[in-house]
Amino acid sequence: MDDVLLDIKNLSICYSTEDGEVHALNNADLTLHRGESLGLVGETGAGKTTLARGVMRLIPNPPGKVVGGEIFYDGRDLLKLSEADMRRIRGREISMIFQDPMTSLNPVMTVGDQILEVINVHHPDLPRHEARKKAEEMMEMVGITSSRYEDYPHQFSGGMKQRVVIAIALACSPKMLIADEPTTALDVTIQAQVLEMIRDLKEKNNTSMLLITHDLGVVAQNCDRVAIIYSGEIVEYGTLHQIYKETLHPYTEGLFGSIPNLTSNIKRLAAIDGMMPDPTALPAGCKFADRCKYATDRCRTEHPRLLEREDGHKVRCIRYESSGEVTENG
Amino acid sequence: MHKYIIKRLLMLIPVIIGVTFIVFFILNLSPGDPAAMILGDQATAEALAMKREELGLNDPMLVRYAHYMGGLLHGDMGVSYKNSISVWGQVVDRFPNTAILAVAAILVALLIGIPTGIISAKKQYSAMDNISMVLALIGVSMPVFWLGLLMVILFALKLGWLPSQGMGVGLGPMLKSLILPAITLGTSSAAVITRMTRSSMLEVIRQDYISTARAKGVDERTVTYRHMLKNALIPIITAVGLQFSHLLGGAMLTETVFSWPGLGRLMVDSIKSKDIPMVLGCVIFLAVMFTVVNLIVDIIYAFVDPRIKSLYRRGK
Repeated sequence: MDDVLLDIKNLSICYSTEDGEVHALNNADLTLHRGESLGLVGETGAGKTTLARGVMRLIPNPPGKVVGGEIFYDGRDLLKLSEADMRRIRGREISMIFQDPMTSLNPVMTVGDQILEVINVHHPDLPRHEARKKAEEMMEMVGITSSRYEDYPHQFSGGMKQRVVIAIALACSPKMLIADEPTTALDVTIQAQVLEMIRDLKEKNNTSMLLITHDLGVVAQNCDRVAIIYSGEIVEYGTLHQIYKETLHPYTEGLFGSIPNLTSNIKRLAAIDGMMPDPTALPAGCKFADRCKYATDRCRTEHPRLLEREDGHKVRCIRYESSGEVTENG
Repeated sequence: MHKYIIKRLLMLIPVIIGVTFIVFFILNLSPGDPAAMILGDQATAEALAMKREELGLNDPMLVRYAHYMGGLLHGDMGVSYKNSISVWGQVVDRFPNTAILAVAAILVALLIGIPTGIISAKKQYSAMDNISMVLALIGVSMPVFWLGLLMVILFALKLGWLPSQGMGVGLGPMLKSLILPAITLGTSSAAVITRMTRSSMLEVIRQDYISTARAKGVDERTVTYRHMLKNALIPIITAVGLQFSHLLGGAMLTETVFSWPGLGRLMVDSIKSKDIPMVLGCVIFLAVMFTVVNLIVDIIYAFVDPRIKSLYRRGK
């Protein structure tokens, strides 16, 4: 298990609101291997961003709170670190790219200084001109001429801003990158450019990546493994091949049914009927039962466990519990 | 940027015309005869009539207004009805005292308001936040003259620590006599600035770029000052600017309570004695100061927020 960089075990995160406790993430298990890319796929509100922020320990508190679980990074439980130790990890060991480049840069600081800041924080001994040179190199690396060092975010387009954000994230050569829907706010041509750039830079530095998205096409192009998250739970986890070709969970099946296909001639895309359950009042049984075409009475009363098959493919569905082809895993 | 400043300064002209006209009109409506006030109760009817003629009080209001504005164009604000001293000379004489008081008051307000606002925002709904918000509410609601009297009773009469009246001569006594009026005048501004700092900080505290800064591993102190406060500053500067111009013009009550020889008291005395040229001189001076302070605030914006700077550059 030495090749495991990040191992999340039973992570649960709650938000207290006026309407009650929102169970945003429930007993999530996730493993990221060194040098690999893991895609985390789910619809809006499934808990993807909560998971990512949980790893960075950036859940706004209040109202958010980690209620249980462990996050092992390189053998250390991040949840047990002091705030000062955690600061040394943020930006240097684990970096994060946020969803919306339009709002994730400080509007009153030059982009160069924003890149410089992360270098200064983690390399305080570096002489000024060298730190600045490094920041300029980062700008060139993401395809922005360093003559724009003194420019402010409002002078850049969305795609360019996301490049700056990526430069900030990669400036200290982190071992792990969390990209939270890095291209959702960008238009399609820029999406492709930005993703390609992330892929290249990641390969160059052998960075591991947790890529959060709701776009299965993006996952197919960028990831080695995939986790499907639904209503705060991991419902299926496996290699790209396992998820795409040997789909087990009915929700994953539904996701694939909703992708348009260029070669087959169908009039309507198959949508998954219904909505995700209310996170303040989660059902007792399988959280997907109400939308599942295979659902039985047992699904509504009994909460399925995450089962692991021999090839490492994991699924949370009652249908595989009795079939004998999978073994139990928590 | 220069073009913008010149444009703003030119806008002073209509402001002055409007302000002087309104003041002229209101003073014209108010009862009382300046000639009688100047000559006193024993004056004969002929003497009064002569004085009225001398002052031009028999002309229609618009004619008098035109005369006054004509003088103003030549830089002549006239002389006081009361003692025939040049209005400009007295205003310039008194203004520094008001400026000292206003600057001291705004310093008090900033030193209290900004740190309290930041702490309140960072610990929203905590006991500290609730206490400072209640104090801020009391601060804005308390009448200045009442607070001033309380301060005088406590610190000057009971404890005898500080002088209750007037302005001390020499730096040391002057500063000592400045403490009570400055705190009195600064309290409500401190409350306004506290509330503005808090709400403005709360607006940026959950912004994505704050998460970005934290995700870089930046410590909380730097996040607070470099990332939050700097972005929250525009509304705070606006509030401080407005408060400062209010302090310049609105120091009357405080100056009266503490017998501070400033412009506000000069104006109050002149209104009482219907000394029209003096009142007009004070009002025009304060209106110009108000506009200049606002212009300075607008220029400061450009240094705080690069987006506003590029707007000015484009010659907005």
